[in-house]
Amino acid sequence: MRTPFFKSRSILPGFWPAFAFSTLYLGLIVLLPLSAIFLKTATTTWAHFWSVVSSPSVLASYRLSFGAAFLAALVNAVFGFLVAWVLVRYQFPGKRFVDALVDLPFALPTAVAGIALTTLYAENGWIGRLLAPLGIRVAFTPLGVLVALIFIGLPFVVRSVQPVLQDADREIEDAAASLGASRWQTFTRVVFPLVRPALLAGFAMAFARALGEYGSVVFISGNLPMRTEVTPLLIVTRLEQYDYTGATAIALVMLVASFVLLLGINIVQWRTRRFSETS
Amino acid sequence: MAHPAILGDQLSEPARRDSRREPAALRWSLTLAALGFLALFVALPLLVVFSQALQKGLAVYWAAIREPDALAAIRLTLLAAAIAVPLNLVFGLAAAWAIAKFQFRGKNVLVTLIDLPFAVSPVIAGLIFVLMFGAQGWLGPWLGRHDLEIIFAVPGIVLATVFVTFPFVARELIPLMQAQGTEEEQAALVLGAGAWQLFRRITLPNVKWSLLYGAILCTARAMGEFGAVSVVSGHIRGQTNTMPLHVEILYNEYNFAAAFAVASLLALLALVTLGVKRILEWRIRQLHRDIAALAEAGEA
Repeated sequence: MRTPFFKSRSILPGFWPAFAFSTLYLGLIVLLPLSAIFLKTATTTWAHFWSVVSSPSVLASYRLSFGAAFLAALVNAVFGFLVAWVLVRYQFPGKRFVDALVDLPFALPTAVAGIALTTLYAENGWIGRLLAPLGIRVAFTPLGVLVALIFIGLPFVVRSVQPVLQDADREIEDAAASLGASRWQTFTRVVFPLVRPALLAGFAMAFARALGEYGSVVFISGNLPMRTEVTPLLIVTRLEQYDYTGATAIALVMLVASFVLLLGINIVQWRTRRFSETS
Repeated sequence: MAHPAILGDQLSEPARRDSRREPAALRWSLTLAALGFLALFVALPLLVVFSQALQKGLAVYWAAIREPDALAAIRLTLLAAAIAVPLNLVFGLAAAWAIAKFQFRGKNVLVTLIDLPFAVSPVIAGLIFVLMFGAQGWLGPWLGRHDLEIIFAVPGIVLATVFVTFPFVARELIPLMQAQGTEEEQAALVLGAGAWQLFRRITLPNVKWSLLYGAILCTARAMGEFGAVSVVSGHIRGQTNTMPLHVEILYNEYNFAAAFAVASLLALLALVTLGVKRILEWRIRQLHRDIAALAEAGEA
C-alpha cells in the first residue's frame, strides 16, 4: 500500500474536525501568546536586551533561582528516592494515607503553601522558634526560598521513581544475592542503575518546576533586593512599573532555560524507552 | 526472564528473605527518615493552615469567609474554573481522538507542544496575555477603541487559567486511548453505528475515569492558580480577585486569621482532590490491567 503523505487511511470518522479544532485551539491559546515573547523581544535592540538581562539585580536573581532550584531538586532526589523506596518496599501502618499525602504539593495552591511555610519558619513559628536559638533564620532568607522549592518539587521525584521500583523484578535481586553479592552491592549495582533514568527525569522535572515557581516563594523570601529576589519576581516587578520590554527580556531568558530543560527530559525519557525496548 | 527465578528457587527460604530485605534496624530508620521528611515538609504546612485559620475561634472564621469580598473572590474562582475546565475537556477529547486513533505525520511534535504550558513559569503565562491584550499590547489599542477590557478584568483571568490548565485532560486521555486501540470503534462502525453513537456509546464510556481524573486535576489547578492570574488581575477587591489573590491581600494586611480562613477552603479543596484522585487512580489501574489481560488473551 502506498504510504500517504500526511495521514494513513482509517475507517474511523472525525479525524479532520478533531485535528483542526485541537491545532487551532493550541495555536490560539498557547502558541500565539507565547510567540508574543519572541516578537516583543525582536522589537528591542540587542544592546538594550543585554543591559536588561545582565543587570546586577537580574544576575543576582539567576544565581538565587538556579542555585536554589538545583539544590532543592537535589534534596528532593535524595529524599524523594527514600520516600519512594519506603513506600514500595516496607510495610507500616497508615501507608496508603502517607502515599496519598505525597501529592499534596501538586494539589495545594502555591499561595497557601507560601503563607503556611512562612508562618512555620518565621521566628515565632513552630519550626522557626526551634531554629532561632541556633542562629538559623529561614523565613526571609535564601534558605526560605530553598524550603519552598523543596516543598513544591517533592512529588515529582517520588512519582517518577515509585512505578519503576514497583515494576522492578525482585528475582534479579535474588540472583545477585545467590551469586554472592551483599545487600549493598545488590543495591548499588543492580537496583540503583535500574532506577537511575527515572530519578534523573524526576530531578529535572523538579528543577524545571522550581525554576519558574512564584506563588510559594514570594511570601517566604521577603523579596529583599539583590538577596532574596527570584527571577519570576523580577518579571512581575518590571510589569508593575509598566516596563514591558524589560519584563519580556527576562522572561525570554527563563523561557529558553525551561525549553532546554524540557528537551533534556525528553531525551532522557526517549533513551530510557529505547533501552527498555532493546533489553 | 525465567532463569533468575530458577536461581532464586535454589536458595533456602530464610536466605531468600535475607537477600531481599535490609536488616530490621536499617528498615526502621529508613522508614522513620522518610516519614520525618514528609511530616516536616508536607504534613506540618497543612496543619498550620487549619490551626491558624481557627486560632481566633469559629466566629472569626465564619466572618472571614462570609465577608462580601471573600464571597466575590469565591464566585470569581468558581467562574474561571467553570469556563476553563469544560474548554480544556473538549480540547483534550479532540486532541486525544486525533492523536490516539489515527496515524499522521508530526504527531510527536503535537504531543510535545500540548505539554508546553507545564514548562512555562506561571508569571510568564500571565505576561504573554498582557503582551497581547494589555494597553500597550498588540490588540490593546483596538480593544480600547471598542471599550473592551481583557487585562485587569475577568476575561484575562479566564484566559490565564485556561493556559495553565491546558494539558491536564489531554495528557491523561492520550495514553489510555492509545492503549485501547481502535478495534471496538471499528466493530461498532461495521455494525452500523454513526459517528455520534460511536463516541457516546463506545469511546466516552471507555475513557470516563481518565476524563474525570484529568478534569479533577484541571479544576484543582484552575482554582488554585496564583502567579499567572496575579499578573493579569489588577487586584481590584471584590471584582478581579480570585481566592488565592484574596488570601495574598489579607496576608499582606497582616489579617492572618482571615487569610488562613480563606486559605483553609483551598486546602480542603486540595484534600478532596487527593481523595478523589486516589479512587480514580485505582479505577484506571484496573482498566489498564483489563486491557493487558485482553491483549494477552488475544495473543494466546
